Amino acid sequence: MAKYLLLKHYRGAPAPVNDVPMDQWTPEEVTAHVRFMKEWEARAQAAGEFVDVGVLAPEGTFVRYDGEGRPPVTDGPFAETKDLIAGFYVIDVDSYARALELAGDLSAAPGQGGEPIHEWLELRPYYGAPTTINE
Amino acid sequence: MNEALLRELTPSVLGVLVRRGADFAAAEDAVQDALVEAVRSWPSDPPRDPKGWLVTVAWRRFLDAARSDAARRRREFPPEEPPPVPETDDTLQLYFLCAHPSLTPSSAVALTLRAVGGLTTRQIAQAYLVPEATMAQRISRAKRTVSAVRFDRPGDVGTVLRVLYLVFNEGYSGDVDLAAEAIRLTRALRRAVDHPEVDGLLALMLLHHARRAARTTSDGSLVPLAAQDRARWDTALIAEGVEILQGALTSDRLGEFQAQAAIAALHADAPTAEETDWVQIVEWYDELTRLTDSPVVRLNRAVAVGEADGPRAGLAALAQVDATVPRFAAVEAHLRERSGDLTTAARLYAEAAAKAPNLPERDHLLRQAARLNNRRPDG
Repeated sequence: MAKYLLLKHYRGAPAPVNDVPMDQWTPEEVTAHVRFMKEWEARAQAAGEFVDVGVLAPEGTFVRYDGEGRPPVTDGPFAETKDLIAGFYVIDVDSYARALELAGDLSAAPGQGGEPIHEWLELRPYYGAPTTINE
Repeated sequence: MNEALLRELTPSVLGVLVRRGADFAAAEDAVQDALVEAVRSWPSDPPRDPKGWLVTVAWRRFLDAARSDAARRRREFPPEEPPPVPETDDTLQLYFLCAHPSLTPSSAVALTLRAVGGLTTRQIAQAYLVPEATMAQRISRAKRTVSAVRFDRPGDVGTVLRVLYLVFNEGYSGDVDLAAEAIRLTRALRRAVDHPEVDGLLALMLLHHARRAARTTSDGSLVPLAAQDRARWDTALIAEGVEILQGALTSDRLGEFQAQAAIAALHADAPTAEETDWVQIVEWYDELTRLTDSPVVRLNRAVAVGEADGPRAGLAALAQVDATVPRFAAVEAHLRERSGDLTTAARLYAEAAAKAPNLPERDHLLRQAARLNNRRPDG
């Protein structure tokens, strides 16, 4: 009964073991990878632990208020999440240990040669609901 | 059509079917069918004995469904002519089943709300902020898990109480008030079983619930106990909680819920925060430490010692507590501030905010840190 965001990283973390871009895989390898992701999702669903999934398009724009009549800043010397984040899952599990287990499973998605890509996944807890008792 | 009556009857009807040997999941389906039938036919043709009516219809549905299964399975089912509805309360067995130790906490909570509480899957999903499909899976897995459980052995009341307390503590979101639901289910449990800790838990829930309106502002900000408007406490609930607690304590079988309720009662009893009987509260925390030896209890005890004997004594008590316990930094910040070490207190409030388990608490702790960081040098 704790929610976690499972963030799929492209970069910003040590390189995964099977670090070959998807466009260099065979079509069958891509299909196997996609099927694995769907199956992982189905398992989390069947376990009653699935909350949400988001696959993000590789576009992004930075916007910020810069004063009256000024244009927003649309790029900058920032690391952009489009370079870092491919998508995310939200899970609702009984324990941190279980969240680690699910993330570990997901990181074993097959890549080139059908070998696990050992992809880094960032696990971030949600703030919980305020409890009834807090004094 | 009285929906409240149907919800009251649901668990005992389900209990009867399971007691007669029906598989839990199949029994639940049959009871749902009977409820739909009741909603349809009762307005024009109200039964004299609603529970008997529901049991008869649900049992018939169950047999129909079973008969449509394979002949091999049909032989295993009991004879068609059911025994009369017993006067014993099968609800209690159902509580034990739904809180069975083979279930994970979240499964036990979901199944209890569904089978004992009669809530819809959608309502439970909303309350826990997960998709309805996820909650449906959680409940059906839980049903499968307990399907193999024999129904004739008494369960552990303590397990049931922990599940109900989990429901109560989940806070409130969605259109189902889980705290109120936990109180309703604990009241029903209390009618079915005579156990001082059931009384203790009900008293504890009532005493906490009584202060709910004063605990947050209209925008959801947290109001600490000392700053709460005591006029907004529900005195009727407090009186009921205290009375139930006093009855439980006379049985001389103290448990952790009774001890916690006693502490809640001492808070509720104080006309002002300053008049709180912290000395007695420390004594109850000593009892609780003896009963549970929980680090959370030791942390709360340090707060009480700080109020009873001053911040130095509180810090000494805190030194005995595992520093990795949630809210440790928040407690130390409070004690440091009261001892006059405002710089350390501000740093600890910020540290506590970063570790807060929910947003209202984080915001409250950030305000505390900001207040100390922005104090005037002469203030």
